[in-house]
Amino acid sequence: MSRLSLVWSSLFRRKIRTLLTLLSVVVAFLLFGLLRSVADAFTVGVDIAGVDRLVVSPKYSIIDPLPIAHLNQIAAVSGVTAVTQAGWFGGIYQDRSKFFPKYPVDPRGYFELYPEYRIDPAQLDAFAATRIGAVAPKQLAEEFGWQIGDRIPIEADIWPKRGGDRNWEFELVGVYDAPTLEVQPVEFLFQYDYFDEARQYGTGGVGWFIVRVDDPAHSAEVARTIDALFENSPNATRTATEAEFAMQFANQVGDIGLMMTGILGAVFFTILLLTANTMAQALRERIPELAVMKTLGFTDVGVATLVLGEAMLLCLLGGMFGLCIAVALEHQIAIAIKGILPTFSISAGTLIMGALLAAGLGIAVGLVPALRARRLAIVDALRGH
Amino acid sequence: MTAIVKLEGVTRTYVRGKEEIKVLDDIDLTIERGDFVALMGPSGSGKTTLLNLVGGIDQPTSGSVEVVGERLDRLSSKALAKWRAAHIGFVFQFYNLLPVLTAERNVELPLLLTKLKRAQRKANALTALKIVGLEDRANHKPGELSGGQQQRVAIARAIVADPDLLVCDEPTGDLDRSTADEILDLLELLNREHGKTIIMVTHDPKAASHARHTLQLDKGGLVAAAPA
Ligand SMILES: Nc1ncnc2c1ncn2[C@@H]1O[C@H](COP(=O)(O)OP(=O)(O)OP(=O)(O)O)[C@@H](O)[C@H]1O
Ligand SMILES: [Mg+2]
Repeated sequence: MSRLSLVWSSLFRRKIRTLLTLLSVVVAFLLFGLLRSVADAFTVGVDIAGVDRLVVSPKYSIIDPLPIAHLNQIAAVSGVTAVTQAGWFGGIYQDRSKFFPKYPVDPRGYFELYPEYRIDPAQLDAFAATRIGAVAPKQLAEEFGWQIGDRIPIEADIWPKRGGDRNWEFELVGVYDAPTLEVQPVEFLFQYDYFDEARQYGTGGVGWFIVRVDDPAHSAEVARTIDALFENSPNATRTATEAEFAMQFANQVGDIGLMMTGILGAVFFTILLLTANTMAQALRERIPELAVMKTLGFTDVGVATLVLGEAMLLCLLGGMFGLCIAVALEHQIAIAIKGILPTFSISAGTLIMGALLAAGLGIAVGLVPALRARRLAIVDALRGH
Repeated sequence: MTAIVKLEGVTRTYVRGKEEIKVLDDIDLTIERGDFVALMGPSGSGKTTLLNLVGGIDQPTSGSVEVVGERLDRLSSKALAKWRAAHIGFVFQFYNLLPVLTAERNVELPLLLTKLKRAQRKANALTALKIVGLEDRANHKPGELSGGQQQRVAIARAIVADPDLLVCDEPTGDLDRSTADEILDLLELLNREHGKTIIMVTHDPKAASHARHTLQLDKGGLVAAAPA
């Protein structure tokens, strides 16, 4: 038997109680690992260098539209080899829970900018030729059982048709996928021209432009040039990487970092109370035992250390499991939220912070019982038996 | 013979509210090395208090307590703890084993305070269990043992670090007659064969008859010291 195994045995004197407490610590640290990383993802600066695809969006609010007229000006910038537009349609298919992004696009332009998207050339031709044509990601079509030729009704929530009609209908003319990508595309695409003519207001506006640069080494310069072009117009732009653009989009929700900190604060306050209560209860139950250990020759500090060790072990164990589970889930989560938060990853900094937090929690929870154990007078404690 | 316990003018008072209770009043006591002493007396006469002073888990209000050549009343709490680990084995009425540990680990517990290696600790714990006749119960937890068996484990724990003095507070107080006799035989064996000095508090005259000497405590003072 070692001191560690002694601490271990004492910790698990009430197996169920300890396991339940451990479980809540695990969950707290799992949340910590994930939410902290989400908050991180919003603050990570994305390096513009080294990418050949940029997104041009409105500088001040991504809800404002940009004029389609920007397209030609951007195309004329030296170093730009291709440019196309897209936008946010919103819209409800069946009900709000079945959400997927829907973009009005230029069929050929969009697929040219995204060569990793694979579509049958005949279907792309059909998409370009059919006014109400639409193409869907293969997975989405499979999920809803759509067949080529099906009419897909979408109810407008942002963009009604001229005359106030909210019911849009698109004809599925093709499906696409991205066999080389880990994360499959999710956007449902239809013709910008049709959308722009049919909508009630906002004609001539687009959500953002996607730009291809001839050489990744030029991307920073190209971005600067584009933004300078519109600097003093009412429609100033901000040119960034796709990752940064996605982050900006998600940040619309509010100050994510602050929200995460708030949630974590509440979680850890609860865990602190819960764990402290467990440790206090465990201490009360074994006052005579601690007195016996002192009788055997364990010093006051020695006994206090054992009690503190239990709290530390519980919190470190819970912290370790929680963070390990977070790391194990990291990949899956990163894939699942790549669309909105492409920079999600659990950093070493988060893990170190988690470990320190676990140790801090252990001390916070174990200190009072440890001090009580240290003060415990043998004779009084034995008499209480 | 040399004295292993030497108390001079020992007084122990407790303050309860405004009242001061003198539990031990000017006690002088000498116990020789190798003796087996039974300490008797009515309830509340101060037997446990006296035993606690000898065992170094309590301090006198005044007077000197010298045990195994050390003035306990002059030691710090930390030094006392170290001294207890080296020189004293305790046996309580209610065994006071750690319920989460097996018999073997309970016995090994005091050895965590020594410099012994893990393997040696285990070997010594098993030897102690063998002496009390419980080597086959090494992996049982206290809850899986009878009262008599638990007390044997407690005795094994008390002797495992090879102390000079065993201090036993009503070790048979919670046991039936025949189990009590077995425990008393064991203590006698430890006294005769292993040379342990034993001080045992008991209410039971039959238990006291296993000792070499009996001391009577009444109202905080020693009233008689009769040879067995
Ligand atoms: N911590 C304490 N505070 C106040 N009084 C105490 C304390 N400890 C012991 N006493 C009192 O001291 C007296 C002697 O107690 P002690 O436990 O030594 O008696 P005892 O002879 O062992 O009795 P018993 O046979 O019942 O075990 C009792 O009156 C007890 O109430
Ligand atoms: Mg008593």
